[in-house]
Amino acid sequence: MAKVRKPKVAVWKFASCDGCQLSLLDCEDELLAVAGAIDIAYFLEASRAVVEGPYDISLVEGSITTPHDAERIQEVRRVSKFLITIGACATAGGIQALRNFKDVKEFISIVYAKPAYISTLEKSTPIAEHVKVDFELRGCPINKYQLIEVISAFLNGRKPNVPSYSVCMECKRRGTVCVMTAYGTPCLGPVTQAGCGAICPAYHRGCYGCFGPKETPNTASLSAWWRKLGVTEQDLVRAFRGFNAYAEPFRKESEVHEQKQ
Amino acid sequence: MIGEQFLVERRDLQKLLDALQKKGYETVGPTIREGAIVYGPIASVEDLPIGWTDEQDGGRYRLKRREDSAVFGYVVGPHSWKRFLHPPVLSLWKARRNGKGFEVVPNNAEPPQYAFIGVRSCELHAIFIQDRVFTNGKFTDPHYQARRQKIFIVAVNCVQAGGTCFCVSMKTGPRATVGFDLALTEILEGQRHYFVAEVGTEKGAEILRSVPTKPAQPSDIQIAEDRVARAARQMGRHLDTTNIRELLYRNLEHPRWDEVATRCLNCANCTMVCPTCFCTTVEDVTDLTGTEAERVRKWDSCFTLDFSYVHGGSVRASARARYRQWLTHKLASWIDQFGTSGCVGCGRCITWCPVGIDITEEVRAIRQSEAAQLSERGG
Repeated sequence: MAKVRKPKVAVWKFASCDGCQLSLLDCEDELLAVAGAIDIAYFLEASRAVVEGPYDISLVEGSITTPHDAERIQEVRRVSKFLITIGACATAGGIQALRNFKDVKEFISIVYAKPAYISTLEKSTPIAEHVKVDFELRGCPINKYQLIEVISAFLNGRKPNVPSYSVCMECKRRGTVCVMTAYGTPCLGPVTQAGCGAICPAYHRGCYGCFGPKETPNTASLSAWWRKLGVTEQDLVRAFRGFNAYAEPFRKESEVHEQKQ
Repeated sequence: MIGEQFLVERRDLQKLLDALQKKGYETVGPTIREGAIVYGPIASVEDLPIGWTDEQDGGRYRLKRREDSAVFGYVVGPHSWKRFLHPPVLSLWKARRNGKGFEVVPNNAEPPQYAFIGVRSCELHAIFIQDRVFTNGKFTDPHYQARRQKIFIVAVNCVQAGGTCFCVSMKTGPRATVGFDLALTEILEGQRHYFVAEVGTEKGAEILRSVPTKPAQPSDIQIAEDRVARAARQMGRHLDTTNIRELLYRNLEHPRWDEVATRCLNCANCTMVCPTCFCTTVEDVTDLTGTEAERVRKWDSCFTLDFSYVHGGSVRASARARYRQWLTHKLASWIDQFGTSGCVGCGRCITWCPVGIDITEEVRAIRQSEAAQLSERGG
């Protein structure tokens, strides 16, 4: 069999904490298989060696928060055959999108001694607002098994098994008892996309919504039930303003409760 | 011996488990985990929720201490026996690249031989319903069948009903009448604590021979019957099933579907906890090198978009369409498809709906609006 050229993969960082790209290095058991299957051509977190583009797959972490990054993502798109965004920052704007609800100039004047040195955008936005994205992998951080699944799917020319249904499906399959029904613990699971493996409810905690809104989320109905459980309007705003605050269904729901405060 | 009834003292219940385990059965039954009564391995009677009960309502479940030490003094929890007969995740086969072709390795793993302890009458009916789905002759699911034909069933007759129970409406309980190997009715009277055990099969009779028993007197049987009759009067919910198929087929465009869609989270919890919902999806997974592939079957739900995805999009894009599909299948088109209702009145979908949507309430709303319209027209 002729030697097949290994796909060249690049990992790019924008405004983010690096946690998602570290998931790739966290694939301890699978790392050799990953390294055998792909040629990691650009991954500064792992190696200073850089192979020139173009790249077959670009994994993009982080959101766009500066004019410089807004230009850089265009360059990344140009050198990438497939562009896959990874994590809540890249897919929804991340926790730093909390600035989107306020006046960023005020933050700058409070935080920085010399605000004139700061060049930033009004809003933290997901990559898909700037360039065409071929696949979005959710999570804060992403699930490493889902990352391997997405890479495997792209390498084998098939659809990734990354469902957009609720966290509840994962809880029920693993046999976890519903924390909201059995203890009255507020949980975002019914409106949040599966993928984490339903970790928090397995530890008797409500879901924090790290994987962002599920398909067709009914946030209004869940909020009404949370109110019955004794959650205040203010806490509802906080619950929806997590890592995926700027994802539209969560953003709109938080704004509804902000007005009711 | 089939149909005969015996008395088993509470202190001898362990001997029943011992006899089953000695026969090679893996005993599973109700046990407390994560604040609820779930189904899991039962090594000894002490693993059962002795002295506990449950309080259930729409979207609410709480464990409570009982004042007595009843062994089966509760109803059903979030798990059902389908977890064991129709596992939530099952590898169907693996394939390995082999030169230019590939070889398929089916999953022929021998399933465990389970003894189910504490199966309620509604759950027995749920198993019969899944039997019709999975082992109806023409299309038999080998995985279900392999598990199903090995099980030993110790049924328990309910002597109290739960807040979301409506087996009486669905004619599925509370007394277990068929399909069990042994059926127990628990009696606590003053200092006496015993079970009336009914033999359902030869297999059941054989196991019971290893347990100290006395023949039950007509008065004992009467006490047991009275307790079960009391449970029948305590149903927390009621569903009028009169011409229910026609009622629902007539009302496919009823405004109530829009109303329930404002509350429905389409999260799929109702279908996951339902003991008869059987839908699955298959996921084909390949490894990074493309040399191995696996087909995995997972519980799926008609509440997901992918479930009805065909070329061009999902057929049931709205929550209204998905809720209507689930309810009308469960209570109406199931009858056309399998000859029985798909609902056994266990109440799980009501209790475990995160926002307490109540199937009995939804049907009532449709029925009452029709009645109101008729009386308006008549008057």
